[in-house]
Amino acid sequence: MSLLSSITLVTVQKDIRLEWRSKDVLNAMLFFALLVVVVFSFSFDPDAEESRQIAGGLVWVAFLFAAVVALNQTWARELRNQVLDAYRISPAPANALFLAKAVGNFLFVSVLEALMTPLFIVFYKLRALGPGWQLIPIALLGTWALVVNGTFFAAMSLRTRSREIMLLLLFPISIPALLAMVNATTAVLVGEASAKFWIVLLGTYDVVFTIACLFLFETVLHAE
Amino acid sequence: MKRVFPILAILTALLLSYGLYLALVVAPTEQTMGDVQRIFYYHVPSAWTAFLLFSLNFLASIQYLVRRNPFSDRLASVVVIAIAVLTCIGAYVVTLPEGVEKSAVATTGIGIALLYFGIRKFFSEQGTDILALVTAEVGVVFCTVVLVTGPLWARPVWGIWWTWDIRLTSTLVLWLIYLSYLMLRRFSDSGQTPVLAAALAVFGALDVPLVYFSIWIFRTQHPQPVIGGGGSIDPRMLHVLLINWLAFLSFAGLVCWSRYRLEVLQREVEEAQALDSLADARGTR
Repeated sequence: MSLLSSITLVTVQKDIRLEWRSKDVLNAMLFFALLVVVVFSFSFDPDAEESRQIAGGLVWVAFLFAAVVALNQTWARELRNQVLDAYRISPAPANALFLAKAVGNFLFVSVLEALMTPLFIVFYKLRALGPGWQLIPIALLGTWALVVNGTFFAAMSLRTRSREIMLLLLFPISIPALLAMVNATTAVLVGEASAKFWIVLLGTYDVVFTIACLFLFETVLHAE
Repeated sequence: MKRVFPILAILTALLLSYGLYLALVVAPTEQTMGDVQRIFYYHVPSAWTAFLLFSLNFLASIQYLVRRNPFSDRLASVVVIAIAVLTCIGAYVVTLPEGVEKSAVATTGIGIALLYFGIRKFFSEQGTDILALVTAEVGVVFCTVVLVTGPLWARPVWGIWWTWDIRLTSTLVLWLIYLSYLMLRRFSDSGQTPVLAAALAVFGALDVPLVYFSIWIFRTQHPQPVIGGGGSIDPRMLHVLLINWLAFLSFAGLVCWSRYRLEVLQREVEEAQALDSLADARGTR
């Protein structure tokens, strides 16, 4: 267990250091999300009441597509200089690598969300009518739901002819999570219904797919 | 073996035409919906066949993954038996929702275990992979039939083509998942495809209950299931429905079988070609 956690920690630190020095992923994600915010706000120009209804969907579409940028970069980095092959022949547990990548992506997407949320509030005149603190667990659980499966499918798409297939695999599987995130966010913003059911569903989704990823990742990494 | 296929094909054709005759002529006309309701004899058997094929795909994929290592193979067998036993006990101990038959739940549990061990006994490791591919392909076709006939029926009866109802949505998501499964198989390089596809099939199967529950709290508009559910059905209609289901099942089985043989042949050809080019390379050196 300590081996797993120490390897995970080292890999996460390495990824963060790389990202800190290059800021490749974060810049691309920020630019992409900014574009979505501006274009939608510009074309709909919603008043406060309307934007409450649509913001849940908009926010998560922006974050989903921005997260794809990070997910595509995850493993591409390890392909240079055959780092991934070196990892595969080392005795380090495969799940440590997976967890490190998932946690790294989680951190990057969370930073993006933290930076983008004020912009969303300004452009869409958002004010939560329901219990606003609930947005924090929704954001955390929702981000993990996107990132954990995304990291897994990105590893799978490494072995296919087209990297873009990752999004194709991620989207249908993520439908329940997306539905839960969007509905929970809308419920909190509008304040008419409780978001509890959706938060529980998101939590269940996270637990089920985190376990599934940890079970299957080693098989996928060593697939020959 | 060569004679069996044409005989089965003729039998299936006869059964399908008999089913068509029953559905269009013999079955009584529904009181409120009229003749539109007859699409039911195609819609429901296709749905059942598609779900059966997707379950087979899931079981075959699990088989493919666990057989790579003897320990996980044994573990999976124990888990499957445990699930079957627990469902049987649970069906009679736990109070089920209204309209769900105890015996139906128990039969499902036993049926899953029988299918699992049937696949385990009759298919080799590569066989399970081909089975998974074939059932996904044919399942997507039947699922498409369901998704096309559904709106055709809904338009005159509900007045709308489509609604985000629980069964419609979960069927659509299921269809999307298996479409992405087939895409993955198409885009992937030959050597690693089976493992990746099997992993995706497991993800897809885990997703289905979550999709179902996520739409559960919206009120459902779809008619209640007629068998094992709250609805009731005229026995003559039920007879026609079951004959049609039998016809569809044998048709699906037939298509799967010929597709299976085709895939086996194709893999043999590919292997022979690879060996050939290896021998060529050695010869010229």
